[in-house]
Amino acid sequence: MAAGSEPVQTGRAYLDDGRLGESLGALRAEVGRCLMHFVQAGAEQVEPAALLPADILIDLYGEDLRARAYTTQDPVLGEFMLRPDFTVPVVQLHTELGMEPARYAYAGSVWRRRQPGTSSPTEYLQAGFELFDGSDPAAADAEVFATIAGALGDLPVQPVTGDMGLVRAAIDALDTSERRKKALRRHLWRPERFRRLIERFSRPGGAAADHGALLDDAAKRGAAAVIADAGAGIGLRTAEDIAARLDALAEDRATPPLAAADLDLIGAVLDLRGSMADAVRGMAAIAAERSALQPAADMLAARAEALAAQKLDPAALAFEAGFGRTTLEYYDGFVFGFSAPDAPDLPQIAQGGRYDALTRVLGQGAGIPAVGGIIRPEALLALQRRLG
Amino acid sequence: MSVKLGLPSKGRLQDKAIDWFAARGIHVNRSGSGREYAGRVEGIDNVELVLLSAGEIPRELAAGRIHLGLTGQDLVREKIPGWSDRVVEMVETGFGFADLVLAVPSAWVDVDGLDDFDAVAASFRERHGFRLRIATKYHVLTREFLRRHGVADYQLVDSQGATEGTVKNLTAEAICDITSSGETLSANHLKILRDGLILRSQATLFAARGADWTGAAEDARQALAERLGTEIPVGPYA
Repeated sequence: MAAGSEPVQTGRAYLDDGRLGESLGALRAEVGRCLMHFVQAGAEQVEPAALLPADILIDLYGEDLRARAYTTQDPVLGEFMLRPDFTVPVVQLHTELGMEPARYAYAGSVWRRRQPGTSSPTEYLQAGFELFDGSDPAAADAEVFATIAGALGDLPVQPVTGDMGLVRAAIDALDTSERRKKALRRHLWRPERFRRLIERFSRPGGAAADHGALLDDAAKRGAAAVIADAGAGIGLRTAEDIAARLDALAEDRATPPLAAADLDLIGAVLDLRGSMADAVRGMAAIAAERSALQPAADMLAARAEALAAQKLDPAALAFEAGFGRTTLEYYDGFVFGFSAPDAPDLPQIAQGGRYDALTRVLGQGAGIPAVGGIIRPEALLALQRRLG
Repeated sequence: MSVKLGLPSKGRLQDKAIDWFAARGIHVNRSGSGREYAGRVEGIDNVELVLLSAGEIPRELAAGRIHLGLTGQDLVREKIPGWSDRVVEMVETGFGFADLVLAVPSAWVDVDGLDDFDAVAASFRERHGFRLRIATKYHVLTREFLRRHGVADYQLVDSQGATEGTVKNLTAEAICDITSSGETLSANHLKILRDGLILRSQATLFAARGADWTGAAEDARQALAERLGTEIPVGPYA
């Protein structure tokens, strides 16, 4: 056997014996039970394709996806990807059907490339529930969370919630240029670059801090002359494109640095943690100082109430404002995960969130309010077995 | 089993590799006219020569089909996922220097570093309707570098040669490629980003953890280690 290849797989993700016999039976029963739970919650079953056009996914998630998903080539139809998750194909099915409100249930494999130095599974099951309903976002968030929590039953899992909408609202409320806000919103899911942007925007000169001499030169001689002097104009990015960015840099140089109060605001929002009830109080206090954050505070409070109405106590639900910022990159509102503290080697048993912005990109502007969650049945069964 | 030593099958890299081993008393003699891809290793016992394309040496090392291989650090890092689990970097040879760099047109006066590059990628996508293209054959290293620095809205397009020409040919907006002096870049109206150095590479002797190091290979390993003045740790995750 050549190094690097795997032995014939008799095991599967998180289960050494899940491809045959009793173990397979138990897993199928578990998947069926999750699906029935979702169907009883009003979902229609769907079965999305396993091969998806690569260009749509990569445009959405970025080039990084190539490192995480399997790509394959069709000589006629071009490049495909093995489904890395169900979100995109379910949104596409929903767009075809076009009914709202709509609830969908699905189950099947997703495939992810093994990351070097890890033993992450290359194929694992997901059973999911998605809700498309724009009438009451707080109630929809709570319904999805409660449905997933219900399917997990009394398993000893630890839920964590978060809300990407809070930091978005804080960005909107900053006393700075729209250009800077846009740059920050774009890097919401990349904490390192987000931090760098905040740092740059806090200094005099902002994004143009290193370009002082260049901007002075362009102001004196004109951008066209400066660009022409720098070298032959090659490539699709034209001299006009470059001149437009020089204008943008000049605007940024003239924009005052972020005020201490604004930096504190971003910090305070990202630092919110404790229970969801604590977060509601914390956000209320922040919004009392900065009225622009009132809608986000109201949304958080409304969601907490909707969860309470589902008999889920906000005082007992953990909340971290930063949750979902690195791993769950397309979520832009409510986010949640259920981890197993007794089994730190297992991934989150379930996770989910709201992804309105993703549907907006997929629908080329026409967004559909959407929230959903998935359970990892293999991890769930592995946890059940360990608990005996 | 004897130790299989993989060397580049031709070119300047091969000549320098042969000189480098000769300076350490290990003589690689190409047989016949020099066109035949075979030869002998003298001055040390139980070492067998395998001539390979430099680009294939990493794969053969990773698979454990050769014990030792001399190739660029760039190729090993690009072609072997989790490379340090599979091969050991034994000796940097001090030749075959090459830097993997991210370069953009010199006319992009507004772009000094990655901060600018990322901002330009965003506006390029808005303006042109597709993601800014970076031509490269180093897909893994480039993607990992840009991910680490949080750069978004780009795409990689494959270029196996003459990469510096892709921008002028309108098939890419930027390139990620190997340079030694930077002269080819500037001749093609390109400049390196201030913080666009992805990797400093040189020709390096690697050992395969997964090769069969038992029997005669073990004797050769000890002799080689002594001659090269280095340890040759072998076995998985040594």
